[in-house]
Amino acid sequence: MSTTTTHHQDAVMDYDEALATFDPVMGLEVHVELHTNTKMFCGCPTEFGAEPNSQVCPVCLGLPGALPVVNEKAVESAIRIGLALNCEIASWCRFARKNYFYPDMPKNFQTSQYDEPIAFEGYLDVDLDDGTVYRVEIERAHMEEDTGKSLHIGGATGRIHGADHSLVDYNRAGIPLIEIVTKPLVGAGERAPEVARTYVAALRELLRALDVSDVKMEQGSMRCDANVSLRAKAGEPTSAEQLAVPLGTRTETKNVNSLRSVERAIRYEISRHAAVLAGGGSILQETRHWHEDTGVTTSGRVKSDADDYRYFPEPDLVPVAPSRELVDRLRGTLPEPPAERRKRLQNDWGYSDLEMRDVYNAGAAELIEQTVSAGASPSAARKWWLGEPSRRANAEATDLVSYAADLGFTPATVAELDSLVRSGRLNDSMAREVLGGVLDGEGGPTAVADARGLELKQDDGALEAAVDTVIAANPDVAAKIRDGKVAAAGALIGQVMKATKGQADAGKARELILGKLQ
Amino acid sequence: MSSLTRADVAHLAGLARIELSDAELDRMVGELGVIIESVAKVQQAPIDGVAPMSHPLPLTNVTRPDVVRPSLTPAEALAGAPASDQQRFSVPRILDEE
Repeated sequence: MSTTTTHHQDAVMDYDEALATFDPVMGLEVHVELHTNTKMFCGCPTEFGAEPNSQVCPVCLGLPGALPVVNEKAVESAIRIGLALNCEIASWCRFARKNYFYPDMPKNFQTSQYDEPIAFEGYLDVDLDDGTVYRVEIERAHMEEDTGKSLHIGGATGRIHGADHSLVDYNRAGIPLIEIVTKPLVGAGERAPEVARTYVAALRELLRALDVSDVKMEQGSMRCDANVSLRAKAGEPTSAEQLAVPLGTRTETKNVNSLRSVERAIRYEISRHAAVLAGGGSILQETRHWHEDTGVTTSGRVKSDADDYRYFPEPDLVPVAPSRELVDRLRGTLPEPPAERRKRLQNDWGYSDLEMRDVYNAGAAELIEQTVSAGASPSAARKWWLGEPSRRANAEATDLVSYAADLGFTPATVAELDSLVRSGRLNDSMAREVLGGVLDGEGGPTAVADARGLELKQDDGALEAAVDTVIAANPDVAAKIRDGKVAAAGALIGQVMKATKGQADAGKARELILGKLQ
Repeated sequence: MSSLTRADVAHLAGLARIELSDAELDRMVGELGVIIESVAKVQQAPIDGVAPMSHPLPLTNVTRPDVVRPSLTPAEALAGAPASDQQRFSVPRILDEE
């Protein structure tokens, strides 16, 4: 039989129509790589992007006789994540072997936790776009290890299908991983995809605040598997009638690796399930692969039952039994919950909801916070960070924090720029020019302003002369202002600025013009 | 207890990536059946109130500090591999062609 890499196109139902007929239920599994120095069970480093197979040892290669030992920091991080998700922390739990034959784990099993997760029964409240709160119930958060990375050779597209062999790099095998599993998320109705995206975003923010992971979805240090099932619609999403309907068969879409993809993949699966079910078919319980480029999922393997993994307690590791003292101490290290922090900052800074959302979308909250503590006003801090630096970060396809860090462009730099404006040395357009120079690597704000000779003319005599000239040249505009049409002053200010080559203080020019004409 | 079926053995063989001929399947149903029956005697032990043991030593919390230790060199890591390429372990095709 010939092999083909084109995907057969599944039928999909219009999303609104699907939601009129069915009620979606989701379950989300998020894998987070901890950014510990070493792996979960051995002292190998965990650096991203190292040479292939340069961060491996007998333990993570599964060589005979190797003995794993648990990373203390990873256990503490797992407990902190559990606490931040309002979970119970197990007083005693074990690791288990999850057995499967696949070359991404050289041991032929993954060391994970099965029926004794370190954290369980929690929740995370997420703020939806319309301001309502959805409570995501957390079933468990457990410790495990990441797998190696495979390159598939010989297939037309580098995919596993059609490949004739694969090359494996085990640098990632054994990196500590926390898997966070939600309970079935019901009652979201048409907002299910939004709930999923918002949850993953809130979780990422929480994990970042905990400082336990890089949470870089594009590098795979945070990955989401999305389970979707549909059941017949029986009323409003949160009604008792609806909640009483048994759950349908689910599919699990693997490795959905951006917030936008989480939303799109779930939306797609809802539409696909709906088309199958409405056509009288049934959903196969299987793994689906998400294709970012085409926006569809395709069938993967039929999902194994838990029995097939033949889980059993890991005999090479002893139980983890966190003392209450340890748990209490770790509870004391938790950061302010991100949602509360966000409300506090918004209140302190006096931003509108929209402004605050822009700040968060740009990943600028920490930068602005530091800029404000370095002396800038909140509105100036927002204006400068969301302006040119954000544009340039975007153009370089990186995030603002990394862009600024790589450049050595700090909150103190922005505060210095703001102080030059506030002291009256620079006006707004000069400050923009200085900012451009700083981002081009010409030096700090003061140095760039000096080098470019940028300084507002403080010579009131010259400004006044310019104002007089402009008024004399525009008698009709001057008459309007005399009649009380203050807005007309803008045209004159513009001409004053032009006459002074942008060096004048626009505020002062306005004062002078209005003073002379009113 | 339920006895082992031919389908059970075929399923297990699939999970273990072992190819069995029809004759071997028939033989394994019998042989594995005997093993399971022998082990089944354990199920007669009075274990009410006895917690399952996973480790013979009464130890908990054996951990190590999060400090890097030297890894193998890539050459050492790959030394035992039957095949390698591009500093990676080369493994046979993972999925069978349909």
